[in-house]
Amino acid sequence: MKRLKNMNELGKSLAAIGIALIVGAVFIMLSGESPINAYGALLRGALGSPRSIANTISKSIPLAFTGLAVALSSRCGMLNIGAEGQLHAGAMASVFTALALSTVLPAPLLLLVSIFAGIFAGMLIGSIPGFFKAKLNTSEVIVAIMLNYICTLFTSYLVNGPLKAPGSTAQTHVIPEGVWFPRLIGKTQLTGAVFLLIAVAIAMYIFLWKTSLGYQLRAVGANRSAAGTAGIKVNLFLIMSMVLSGGLAALAGITEVFGKYHRYIEGFSPSFGFTGIAVAILGRNHPAGVILTALLFGIMDMGSLRMSRVTDVSTNMVTVVQSLVILLVAAPELIKWNKNRKRG
Amino acid sequence: MAEVNNFLALVLQLSVPIVLGALCGTIAERGGIILLGVEGMMLLGAFAGVAGSFFTGSVFVGVLVSILVGVIVGWIYALFCLKWKAHQSVVGVGINLFASGITAVLVKAVWHKEGMSDSVNAVSNLTVPVLSDIPVIGALFKNQSPYLYVMFVIVAAVWVLFYRTKYGLRYRAIGDQPHAVQTAGINVNRYRYIAMMASGAIAGLAGSYLSLSQNNLFISNMTAGRGFMGLAANIFGGWQPLGSLGAGLVFSIAQAARFYLTEFSIPSQLVQMLPYIITLLILFFVGKRVKGPEALGKLVD
Amino acid sequence: MDAIKMTGIVKCFGPVRANDGINFTVEEQEIHCLLGENGTGKSTLMNILFGLYHPDEGEIYIHGKKAAIANPNDAYALGIGMVHQHFMLINQLTVLENIIIGKEQGGVFLDRKKSEEKVKELVERFGFKVDLHEKVVNLSVGMRQRVEILKTLYRGADIIILDEPTAVLTPQEVDELFKILRQLKKDGKTIVFITHKLNETMSLSDRITVIRKGKVVFECDTKDTSEKELATQMVGRSIETVVGEKGETGRILLEVKELRLQKKAKETVSFAVHAGEIFGIAGVDGNGQQELEAMIVGNQNVTEGKIFLDGTSIENMPVKARKKHGLGYIPSDRHKNAMISQFSIAENFLLGYQDNPEYCKHGFIQYDNLKKDAQKQAELFETKLASLDQQIGQLSGGNQQKVIFGRETSHEPGFMLVSQPVRGLDIGAIEKVHKTLLQLKAQGKAILLISAELSEIMNLSDRIAVLYEGEISAEFENGKYTKEEIGLFMTGKKAGGTNV
Repeated sequence: MKRLKNMNELGKSLAAIGIALIVGAVFIMLSGESPINAYGALLRGALGSPRSIANTISKSIPLAFTGLAVALSSRCGMLNIGAEGQLHAGAMASVFTALALSTVLPAPLLLLVSIFAGIFAGMLIGSIPGFFKAKLNTSEVIVAIMLNYICTLFTSYLVNGPLKAPGSTAQTHVIPEGVWFPRLIGKTQLTGAVFLLIAVAIAMYIFLWKTSLGYQLRAVGANRSAAGTAGIKVNLFLIMSMVLSGGLAALAGITEVFGKYHRYIEGFSPSFGFTGIAVAILGRNHPAGVILTALLFGIMDMGSLRMSRVTDVSTNMVTVVQSLVILLVAAPELIKWNKNRKRG
Repeated sequence: MAEVNNFLALVLQLSVPIVLGALCGTIAERGGIILLGVEGMMLLGAFAGVAGSFFTGSVFVGVLVSILVGVIVGWIYALFCLKWKAHQSVVGVGINLFASGITAVLVKAVWHKEGMSDSVNAVSNLTVPVLSDIPVIGALFKNQSPYLYVMFVIVAAVWVLFYRTKYGLRYRAIGDQPHAVQTAGINVNRYRYIAMMASGAIAGLAGSYLSLSQNNLFISNMTAGRGFMGLAANIFGGWQPLGSLGAGLVFSIAQAARFYLTEFSIPSQLVQMLPYIITLLILFFVGKRVKGPEALGKLVD
Repeated sequence: MDAIKMTGIVKCFGPVRANDGINFTVEEQEIHCLLGENGTGKSTLMNILFGLYHPDEGEIYIHGKKAAIANPNDAYALGIGMVHQHFMLINQLTVLENIIIGKEQGGVFLDRKKSEEKVKELVERFGFKVDLHEKVVNLSVGMRQRVEILKTLYRGADIIILDEPTAVLTPQEVDELFKILRQLKKDGKTIVFITHKLNETMSLSDRITVIRKGKVVFECDTKDTSEKELATQMVGRSIETVVGEKGETGRILLEVKELRLQKKAKETVSFAVHAGEIFGIAGVDGNGQQELEAMIVGNQNVTEGKIFLDGTSIENMPVKARKKHGLGYIPSDRHKNAMISQFSIAENFLLGYQDNPEYCKHGFIQYDNLKKDAQKQAELFETKLASLDQQIGQLSGGNQQKVIFGRETSHEPGFMLVSQPVRGLDIGAIEKVHKTLLQLKAQGKAILLISAELSEIMNLSDRIAVLYEGEISAEFENGKYTKEEIGLFMTGKKAGGTNV
C-alpha cells in the first residue's frame, strides 16, 4: 500500500512537471519560437558536456539546500517562507567571520568557524517565526516575510556601507583563499559543497525517520493535538523545526559565497529561498525527492542560459515553468490520479 | 514650508501602490483567503498596462488592460485556492514567481531586449496652481498623479462597502465563520471569488501606477516588494480599509525619508527596514489581540 | 395535511448507509420528536431536509408539494428553518446582525433601523428576552440558542428543526426552551426536535419517530407509549450486552481530591478508583467530563485540588511522566488525540512512548523492538491489518481502537483512563472493546470509564459517579439505582442518603 501511494505521489509530481513544460511550450510558441528548439537547446546547455553537467549540479546545490530547509519545517507543519532572508543572513555572517578572523585562525579552523557562524545566523533568524508561532500563535509566514526584508535590507546596508570593498560593486573584500571551497572540476563552478549537501541530506533523512526527535517533529507536523496528548512538547518542536530549517537555508548562502564568489556580493541569490519552496513541494518534503527536484531545476537554470543565446526565449522562461510546477503541485484537487472518487 | 509640502507630496506619491496593495490584502483576507500574491498580481498589472498602452497608443486602454488582467489573475488565484484547494500561501509564492518570470519572458518577446520595455504613452501628473501652495494640504495637489485621487475613492468605497452595506456585513462574517454564513443561505464561495477578482483589479491598477504613472515603461521586477509592503501595511492597519490607508502612509514616510537622509548619513536601508521591524514589534506586543480574520485559510464546501 | 413527508430517503457516506430508506412524516402544527442514539442518522435526515446534504434516493414533500431542496436558501424559501447542534453564529457580530444576515432590510445599503424594527416585532410577539445590540460572543449558551430560533423565525420559517437542542443547556434553560417551543406551536409552527433523551421526548412531543441504524423502527403518538417502550425501540434487542461482575478490588490507584472541574461549579469533586474495578463517570456531555479527562492526563492545568496516581501527586507532572508512572489513556476523540492517521501502525504504536528505553537508544528508534511489540499486541487484540507499515488511517475504527488499546496496555499501566471508548464504532467492535475493558479489570487494573452512554456505564461499572455542572451529583454502587433514577441525577438531582 505504502509503495503504491509513493508511486502515486511520484506520478503526480511527474504530471505536474509535464503540464508545466507543455504550458511553457505554449508561451515559447507565442513568442515565436519552436519549443523543440528551445527545450533542445536547454537540454544541450545543461547536459551537453561534462563541464555543463558539473555546472548544472553546482546550480542545483543552493536550491537543494533551501529545498531541504523548507522540507524540514514542512514536516513539522511550518511553512518556512523565510529561507531567502535566512540565507542572506547566513552568507553575510560567514563571510564577515572569515574576514574578521582571517588573521587569527588557521585556514581549516577558520572555515569551520565561519560555516558555523553562518549556520548560527540562519538559525537565529529562523527561530523568530518559530517563536512567534509557538508563543503567540502568529502566522509564521507573515513574520518570515517581514524578516526577509529586514535581512536583505540589513545585509545590503552592510555590503554598501561598513563592509564594502573599494569599487563600484556592492561587495565585500575577498575571503582568504584557504577557506574557499575546493573546486572539483577545473573551469566549472562545482565545488566540494556537493559533498556537504549529500551528507546533510542523509543526516536529515536519518534524523527524521530514525531518531526519536525526528519522529516527534513529524508527529507535531501531522497531528499537533495527538502529539501534545502523547507528551511531546509541541511548541519546542515548532521552534526547533524553524531553527534547523534556518540553519539549512543558511547553508545555501554559505556554499554560494564560499564556493563561487569568495566574497559577499549583493544580489547573489536569485530568490533561492522562494524556489526552495517549489523544490520541497515537488520533492514531497523528502530529502531524496528534494535532491532530484533540485537537479531538475538546476538543469533548467543552467540550460536556460544556452536557450536564451540560441533562441529568442528569455532565461526567465525557466522561472515560468518552475512557478507553474509550484501551482500545479500545490493544488491537490487539480491533478486527480484515480478517477474513482469516493461516493457521497 | 515648501519643503514640507515637497516631502508630503513625495510621501503621497509613494503611498499609492502600498495603500492599494494593503487594500488587496484587506479585501481578500477579510473573507478568509491568505493573499501572498499581491506582489505578483501588481507586477502583471504593471506589465499589462504598458503592453496595453504600447499596442493601442492609449494610456486609458493601458490602464483598463491592467485592471482586466488583474481581474483574470484574481479569478485564477481564487480557482486555485477555492476550487482546487491549494495551500494558499504556496499559491501566492507561485503567482509571484510566475509573474516575475512571465513578464520578463514577454518583455523579451515583445521588445526583443532584456529587462525593460520601450517607452510608452503614460499618465501625466497634475499640479493645481493655487491649492498646491496651501501648507500641508497643498501636498495633495502638488505634482500628483490622478491615481492618488482614485486611491482615496477606492479606500472610501471599500469602507462603505464593508461597513454600510449588507454585502459587507456578510463578507466580514465570512472571514470569521464561513460555515455559519453558508447555513444562513449565502453562497460563501461566490463572495470569495468576487473579492479575489476585486483584489486582483486593485492590484492591477496599482501595478499600472508604477509603470504608467511613476514611469512610462515596464522594468523587470519593478514592484520591488511593494506588494509585500502592502501586506505588512494591511496587518499593521488591523485588516481594515482605513487602517490600511494609515499604515500605507506610515510606510511611505519611511520610503520617502531615504531621499532626504543622504544629507544626514543615515543609511537608507536601515530606514527602509523600520516599517517591517515596527510591524514585527506590533505583532509581538499585541499579537494576541491584533488577530486577523478567524477563518483565514479555511474553506467551505 | 402533512407539513413534512419524506419517503424512501437513502444517504450513503462511503460504505456507511446513514439513512437507509427512511419514511418520515410530520403533521402541521405538532411537536415531533426524532429519537435515536448517537450516530443513527437523525441529523443526516434533517440536514437533507435543510438542503445541507443531498439524498442519494427518495423524495420530499412540504405541505403536500414535492420539493427539491438544493441548499439552505431553498429550505428557507419553503419555510424550513434549522437550529444546529453547533450554533451557526458569528461571534464578532451583534445579535441583530446575526439574525438578519443574508436577509437584511434595505437595498444595497444596510437599513439597520428597519431591520431592528422587524426583529423587535418578533421578539415581542414571542416574548424573547434578548439584547439585540450585544455581541454574540458575550452571550450564554441558552441565549445563543434563542438567537438561533429568532433567526429561523425572521426568515419566515413555519417548520423549525432543532438538532439536540438540550445537550448544552442547564435544566432551567431547558424549561425555558420548552416554553418557547410550545408557544411557537400555539402560533402555528411545526417543530421537529432531534434528541436521544427519553424524558424530554415524553414531556414535550405530540408524536415520535424512532430511528435505529438508519431505519425507522417505530412511530406513534406520545400519549400511546412509555419511556420503557421507547428505550427498547431505540436500543433494539439484538445487541448482546456485555455485563461486568464485581471482582476483588485492591489498593487505590487513582485518587482525585477536591478537584475543581469548572469555574462555575460550586463544589469540587473527589473520588477514588481501586485496582480491579471499573469506576464509571456518567452524565450529559459538557458537565465536566472533558475537563476531568484533560486534567488527569495533563492536557489542562489543575487550578484547585489534587490528583494522586498510585499515591504520587501528579498535577504538576508533564504528560510523559504521568504515562511512565502507570497511566494508560484511551482519549475520547480518537482521531484528534490518540493517533496520527497518516503514520504507520508501528509509528502509532510508538506515540507517547517515543522516549522509552526499549524503543529509543541514544536517540535512535529501535524499530525491531517496536515492531515486535506492536505485532504481539496486534495478535493479542486480533487486530485485522495487512502490515505494520500500513497507515493506521486505512484501518476501520474498531481496529484503530484495538491498536490504541494494545499500545496503552502494553506498558502495563496500573490505571487506565478510558473516555468514550466506543464512540463511532459498530456493534461488533463495541462488544470487543467492552470485553477488553472487563479483561483489563480482571487483570487488576483500575479503570476510570467516562461515557455519555448510560447503558455502557451501567453494564460495565462497579461504582458510578454522575457529573452535573462540574460537580458530582451522586456516587453509588452500581445496581443501587435504576436507569431512570440515574437519569434524574444527570439532570442535577442529588442522591439522598449516604454516598458510597
